[in-house]
Amino acid sequence: MTDSIVRFTGVTKKYLSQAALNNVSFDLPQGKITALVGPNGSGKSTILKLIAGLAHPSQGSVTVNGKTAHRRIAGEVAYLSEMDALYPFFTVGETISFNAGLFADFDVQKAGEILSFMQLEPDKKVRHLSKGNRGRLKILLVLSRRAPLILMDEPLAGLDPLVRDSIIKSMISYLDLQQQTVFMSTHEVSEVEPVLDMVISLHEGKIMGYEEVENIREKHGLSLVDWMKESIQNKEARI
Amino acid sequence: MSQAFNNTQPIYLQILQRLCRQVVRGEIEAGEKLPSVREMALHIGVNPNTVQRVYGELERLEIVETRRGLGSFITENDIRLNQLREDLKSEQIGSFIKDMKETGFSREEILEGVRRELLNTKGERGVKP
Repeated sequence: MTDSIVRFTGVTKKYLSQAALNNVSFDLPQGKITALVGPNGSGKSTILKLIAGLAHPSQGSVTVNGKTAHRRIAGEVAYLSEMDALYPFFTVGETISFNAGLFADFDVQKAGEILSFMQLEPDKKVRHLSKGNRGRLKILLVLSRRAPLILMDEPLAGLDPLVRDSIIKSMISYLDLQQQTVFMSTHEVSEVEPVLDMVISLHEGKIMGYEEVENIREKHGLSLVDWMKESIQNKEARI
Repeated sequence: MSQAFNNTQPIYLQILQRLCRQVVRGEIEAGEKLPSVREMALHIGVNPNTVQRVYGELERLEIVETRRGLGSFITENDIRLNQLREDLKSEQIGSFIKDMKETGFSREEILEGVRRELLNTKGERGVKP
């Protein structure tokens, strides 16, 4: 078994009285691509924010590489937010330089390679980019970092199939799984299935299932989508 | 982008089987270098870890040899390659016979059916796969 890079121990997160996560514990293995799946409001973004140190658990602990997650963890964690976090007045090139200045582990040469792979124009202003190209640029910014942990919140949401395809391909090309671990939330389950190692299914703030994708096929003879449905139905049957 | 995979079998196993078939068909020759893990992953649209597992498995099966710093190569050991050919043959025939028996056909009916089918298609462009 590989070492874990993230550990949740009995984590509960409440927003006012509303519980977003309810006593969640799991270990995230190093060097794998793991997806976090589940319906809207199941707590996916909350889990990612807790790891990135952008939120704090109400109870329990979250550690990254053995250290408690906090805001200054940004040096070890590359976080792709589901929100648009780009400055519209920058050009693509300026956005890259800006991020290179922000993060010590930013690899400008790699950014250049991904730029041409994604066919983005460096002189174009971010505000003039299509939604698809903004999605590509956001991926470029996280993949250019040599951070040991990459978090992506819905990297494929709302993008057309061509863009999704180029994003998945760039992940295969530019991730270094010897050194890096990816944890992403997604709804586009069937599309990312071939690139996943592990999957965590979340429902109403609880983990319903945690499996190796290959095991799901082997043991259960199910595609990921079917497994997801089943893991949620099982829970409903139990109530 | 990715080739279609069926849902009931692990992806690594499906890639493994495809590669073995390509070797048996001669599409990949003895001694030929396989693409790097990353190239292969990109080509078929899967996780590099999956391809790594396929290569590891092929090495364990002695179909592939990994030469340090050079990459992975199909073995030049004819005995092993013939063995692979025989294995795939008996595997296919085995599963065919199992299906037929489960459908209720006797040994004689299977033999007769296969013989007639092969004779019928003789002279045509090959036999159905």
